[in-house]
Amino acid sequence: MTEPSPAPIEALKDKGPAAPPRSKWRDVWDQFRKHKGAMMGAFFLLLITFGVLVGPWLWTLDPQKLDIRAKDMRPIYTAIWDSTAKVGWNHPLGSDQLGRDNLAQLIAGGRASMAVGWAAMLLSLIIGTGVGVMAGFFKKLDGPLMRLTDLFLSLPILPLLLVAVTLFRQPLRANFGPEGGMFILIVTVVGITSWMPTARIVRGDILAIKEREFVLAARSIGTRPFQIIKRHLLPNVLSPIMVSATLGLATAIITESALSFLGVGFPSDFPTWGKMLADAVARMEDFPERVMLPGIAISLTVLGVNYLGDGLRDALDPRIRGR
Amino acid sequence: MLTYATRRLVLSIPTLLFISFVIFMLLQLAPGDPMAQVPLTVPPEVKEKMRQALGLGEPPLVQYWKWLVQTFWIEPKIFIDWLTRDSFLLGWLPDTALYQGELRVISWQTRSPVMDIVLQRIPQTLWVVGMSYIVGVLIALPIGIYSAYRQYSLFDQAGTFITMVGFSIPPFFTGPLLIVVFSVYLGWFPSIYDTTHVVNDWESFKYQLQQMIMPVMVLALQTTAQLSRYMRASMLDNLNQDYVRTARAKGLSEAIVVMVHVLRNSMIPVVTVIALGVPAIFGGAIITENVFKVNGIGQLLITALFANDLPMVMTLTFIFAFLIVLFNLIADVLYGLLDPRIRYD
Repeated sequence: MTEPSPAPIEALKDKGPAAPPRSKWRDVWDQFRKHKGAMMGAFFLLLITFGVLVGPWLWTLDPQKLDIRAKDMRPIYTAIWDSTAKVGWNHPLGSDQLGRDNLAQLIAGGRASMAVGWAAMLLSLIIGTGVGVMAGFFKKLDGPLMRLTDLFLSLPILPLLLVAVTLFRQPLRANFGPEGGMFILIVTVVGITSWMPTARIVRGDILAIKEREFVLAARSIGTRPFQIIKRHLLPNVLSPIMVSATLGLATAIITESALSFLGVGFPSDFPTWGKMLADAVARMEDFPERVMLPGIAISLTVLGVNYLGDGLRDALDPRIRGR
Repeated sequence: MLTYATRRLVLSIPTLLFISFVIFMLLQLAPGDPMAQVPLTVPPEVKEKMRQALGLGEPPLVQYWKWLVQTFWIEPKIFIDWLTRDSFLLGWLPDTALYQGELRVISWQTRSPVMDIVLQRIPQTLWVVGMSYIVGVLIALPIGIYSAYRQYSLFDQAGTFITMVGFSIPPFFTGPLLIVVFSVYLGWFPSIYDTTHVVNDWESFKYQLQQMIMPVMVLALQTTAQLSRYMRASMLDNLNQDYVRTARAKGLSEAIVVMVHVLRNSMIPVVTVIALGVPAIFGGAIITENVFKVNGIGQLLITALFANDLPMVMTLTFIFAFLIVLFNLIADVLYGLLDPRIRYD
C-alpha cells in the first residue's frame, strides 16, 4: 500500500525564478557601459570605420587627382585668423603640394590603414589561436610549438619587417599590382610577426580549462578532439582573444603607418595616413595642418582602440564584473 | 640558480644560430642584384668575377658558414687584438696579433668592414637610446608609485590618461610635433642631431644637452607610458597584502611601509619588464633616428636596406636579435635572483 506523499513544506517549495536569468553577454555589456573611456573609444572607432566606408560616396573627389592650380590650399578654418590665406570650400581641409585634396586623401588613407589593421589583426588572431589551442590541447605539440613561439618572440620585429618589405616588394607588385601586392605583403608580415602573445595567453587558458569536469564529461561520451575544441574550449577562451584582438589592431595600424613613414609602405601615389605624414614633414613650417591631420587621425584611432581594449578587459573579467 | 643561468646561456646559442640562419635565408630569397648598378658596357665575364669577389659565387650554405666564421671567429680576434694593443684597460698586455689579415664581412656600399662602420655608429644610438631609457624609467617609477598609492585620485586619473595617450601617439608623430613647436616656433632646440659635435667646454656641453632633449623625450614618452602602468599595477597588487597591514600595525611610518616594504616587492616584476623593454626601445630608435637625423645603427640599417647592402643588413639585424636574446636572458636571471620564491631548479 502506498501512502500519499506528504504535502511539501511551504518554506522549502521551489519558486520559479522571478526574472529570466541574465545572459553572460548582458552582464558584460552592462559592465562595459560603465567604462566611459571604453564607450568613447568604441564610439570613435565606429565613427572612423563608418566615415572611411561611407566617406568616398559623400566626398566624391578623387584623392589621387592632381589639381596643380589649387595646390597648397589651407584648411577652411585658417580664414578665421588669416583673411589672406588661400582657402576655399572646394577643398575644406586644404590641398597638398600637388593639389590633391586633403579630405579625400584622409578618407582614402583611413581606408587603407583600417583595412590593413583589421586584416593583419585577424590573421595574427587566427595563427595565434591556432598555435595556442594546439599547444594547450595536444601534449606532444606543446614543447615544439612553444619553442617556436619563443623563437619568434626573440626575432627583431621592426628590422625584419623593414627587410621583408623592401626585399619582397618587387615580385609581389608584379603579381598582384602595386597596391594589392603591398597590401598582401604588409598584412602577412605584420600578422606573422605579432601572433605570439595571443598564442601564449590562449595556451595558458586552454591548459587550465581542459582539466575541468565538463571537458572530461564531453570526452567520456566520445566527443572527438576537434569537437571538444570547437564546442567547449574556444567559447571559453573568447575573452582573452578579444582583448588581444584590440591590442593587435592598435599595433597593426601603428606598424603600417611606421612603414609608410619610413618610405617602404604603399606606393607613393597611394595615400595612407603614414605617408601623408611623411610627405608633410618637409613642409611642416608652412603647412603644420598637413602633419597634424593624419597624425591626429592615427593617434585618436589607436587611443580609441586601446581604451576599447581596456574596457573589454574589465567587462570580460568575471572577478571585476558586478562590482 | 647558477645551473639555471648556465643552461639558459647554453640554450641561447642554438637560438641565435637559428635566428641568424632564418635572417640569412630570408636575405637569400631576396631579389635584387648587387651588380645592378654596374654599367652595361662591362663584359659578362668581368661581372662574374666581380660577383665572385663579393662572395656570391658559392652556394648559400657555404656563404652562411663563411659569414658565421667571419662574425664569430675573425671579428673576436680583431677585438682581442684591439684590447691588447690600443685599449686603456688591457693595453699593458703583450700584443696578441691574432688577426692575420683574413677577409672580414665587407659592406657592399663602402667596401670596408661592416663591423668598423657599426662601431662608429653605435655610440650615437647608445647615447640617445640609453639616455632616453634612463630618463623614462626615472619618470615612470614615481608616477606609478604615487598613482597606485592614491588610487582613483585626480593624479591617478590624469596619469592613466596621459600614459594612455603616450602609449597611443606614435613616435613619428610626436617627433615632428616637437620639432615644429620647439625648434620652429620657439627656437629653443636644434631640429637635427649633430653627431660631430665635440663637448669640451660649458657652452658645447649646453649645446649637447639641447640637441639631445627632443629625441630623448620622444623615446622616453613611450617607455614612461608602458612602465608607469606596470609599476602602478604591481604596487596595487602589493598594497593590499597582509604584510603591509602588519607593517602598519607595528607602527612603521607610512614612508617606510610604502618605499621599503611595498616598493621592494613590487619592483620584482617591474625590473624584468625594464630589462625586456631594452630591445624594443632599440627598434623604436630606428624611427626616432630617422626623424631627428641621428646617424645611429637604426639609420644605418635603413640606408643599407635601400642600397641593397645585404652583408650590412644581415649583421645589423643579427645585432638586434642578439640584443633581444641577451636581455631576455638577463630578465629571466634577474627574476630568479630578486624573487627567492621563484627558483628554476
